[in-house]
Amino acid sequence: MKIVVLVKYVPDATGERTFAADGTVDREAADGLLSELDEYALEQALLVADAGDGVEVVALTMGPEDATAALKRSLQMGATAGIHVLDDAVHGSDALGTSTVLAAAIARAAPDLVVCGMASTDGSMGVLPAMVAERLGWPAATFGASLEVTATTATIRRDTDSATLTVEVPLPAVVSVTDQSGEARYPSMKGILAAKKKPVTVWSLADLGLAAADVGLAAAWTKVLTTTPRPPKAAGRVVADADGAGATALAEFLTAGHYV
Amino acid sequence: MPQVLVLAEQVAGRPTAPTCELLTFARRLGEPVAVVFGPDGESAGPGLAAYGATRVLWVEDPALEEFLVAPKAEALAQVAASLDLAAVLLTSGAENKEIAGRLAIKLGAGLVTDAVDIAGDGTTRQSVFAGNYTVECSVTHGPAVITVKPNALTAEPSEAAGTVEHVAVTISDAARTARIVSREPKQASGRPGLTEATIVVSGGRGTGGNFSEVEQLADTLGAAVGASRAAVDSGWYPHSYQVGQTGLTVSPQLYIAAGISGAIQHRAGMQTSKAIVVVNKDAEAPIFALADLGVVGDLHTVLPAVTEALRQHAP
Ligand SMILES: Cc1cc2nc3c(=O)[nH]c(=O)nc-3n(C[C@H](O)[C@H](O)[C@H](O)COP(=O)(O)OP(=O)(O)OC[C@H]3O[C@@H](n4cnc5c(N)ncnc54)[C@H](O)[C@@H]3O)c2cc1C
Ligand SMILES: Nc1ncnc2c1ncn2[C@@H]1O[C@H](COP(=O)(O)O)[C@@H](O)[C@H]1O
Repeated sequence: MKIVVLVKYVPDATGERTFAADGTVDREAADGLLSELDEYALEQALLVADAGDGVEVVALTMGPEDATAALKRSLQMGATAGIHVLDDAVHGSDALGTSTVLAAAIARAAPDLVVCGMASTDGSMGVLPAMVAERLGWPAATFGASLEVTATTATIRRDTDSATLTVEVPLPAVVSVTDQSGEARYPSMKGILAAKKKPVTVWSLADLGLAAADVGLAAAWTKVLTTTPRPPKAAGRVVADADGAGATALAEFLTAGHYV
Repeated sequence: MPQVLVLAEQVAGRPTAPTCELLTFARRLGEPVAVVFGPDGESAGPGLAAYGATRVLWVEDPALEEFLVAPKAEALAQVAASLDLAAVLLTSGAENKEIAGRLAIKLGAGLVTDAVDIAGDGTTRQSVFAGNYTVECSVTHGPAVITVKPNALTAEPSEAAGTVEHVAVTISDAARTARIVSREPKQASGRPGLTEATIVVSGGRGTGGNFSEVEQLADTLGAAVGASRAAVDSGWYPHSYQVGQTGLTVSPQLYIAAGISGAIQHRAGMQTSKAIVVVNKDAEAPIFALADLGVVGDLHTVLPAVTEALRQHAP
């Protein structure tokens, strides 16, 4: 069985995240890393590989040169190979462009199963897995709090506000998993050393049969007009709760603000 | 006038608050046409008319309930085909965002998720990077497909015809693949829904596992209860109440954070609240930077004292 895991290289959320002049996320300014939420996807794929023979786990990313760091981390965790879709023309792609590229790359890699994170930690749209499935015409079982894979099916548990659903899809399929699915492993020393010898293939748009005009900033169907940092919040009142002063202040705040 | 398709949600025949908000936004862009799914969708007609729906397109098909997401996107695309469409509006949420993404592909339309405002010219506003930036965006191709966060504005009623029409759709075999094999309903808490509530009281690791003080304050205020991931991971409160990046995003009039430190992933889910109150015994906790009122103290004494004071105050 071949599993492709979609991994995104994102700016570190605990650092300064900003925008470039063209309204795209500035991927140079902040340190980048493999999106934490995609580690959960890798973990689920690696669990399938641990449990059976002949399971290949391929990490696939679309992103700038630096995005290779996301592949490196994936290989260290235990993925067997990496694919990097690298082409200057994909810069600035919106969800429609990104899903076009990823779907084409998946079609070329021809896996039995695609595992994604629930959302990227920068764009946090949570739409790519569904959109990739839509383009491939494959079934999608998304937002899995758990995942079970057999030779012919994938089954997830999905929590909604009102119910817990069990959803089953025939393979090939796209699934996404949440951070409820189970902690991701840390790379072992052995994994870090082994990663150095694992193959990373680079594909351009031409390799995928796509034209530069189909994707990227110019082809995006949404246009960012302005990006404005949130003004720093004026310092609020801070009260120490000595002799019940905090509770009194809080009760007054609630009454004065007509929250009661 | 171009039409704006609104995916309406209803409970017991009443449109939800976020649905009324969508209809209010829709009136800025064109003529609101509501789509409502489900066997009892028809019952929402009068409620949708009261917020400006000129037509209510009622779609019922067992496939909408038997399979995940794909049939709903297909149904919306078929409904949209007969309209002169300016935009499609849906309430932000995991499933609706997926529907929106698929629909954008089907309609050849630009996609915007998690808008907090839509202007009359279609310009949207979003709050990104955990609320640290505001981004304005416009859709340049096809009708705009926009998901809107709850509580982005105050819904305003406006009477319209709201004629209910039963619309038949054909769901393809390709959309019938992600079968929902079981559905276990969750127990309702009896409190307001987290994303719709005007006040949210959340507890974190600082509760030490005892949420009763958080719940009692919430009930005195008619508020929803939320939890940090640390509280959820410890098994103290169900995951469906988690606020933050991998839980729910809330934007209430008032957010009370008790025993929560304010990690970026938590802030991502509550930073756009109109007012924020913090109770934390560590004066250095980063959450204080967001507070309109911060109380440095033990939540186990502060929360019960506030609850008691409010109860005494009540008429
Ligand atoms: C990919 C990813 C996604 C995440 N998603 C989310 C998410 O959606 N939501 C989320 O919340 N977190 C999320 N997190 C986790 C987040 O990083 C923090 O770990 C979490 O928010 C911490 O929860 P907390 O504030 O309750 O706990 P802590 O950080 O341990 O803070 C507890 C606070 O309680 C205070 N305290 C202790 N005792 C008392 C007392 N008696 N009275 C008053 N105050 C007291 C302490 O001073 C401290 O400030 C995510 C993390 C990752 C990596
Ligand atoms: N550029 C990318 N390269 C690889 N995978 C991606 C990329 N963007 C998104 N994904 C995948 O799609 C998921 C959801 O992303 P999003 O819809 O952007 O929130 C992520 O968790 C990844 O698994």
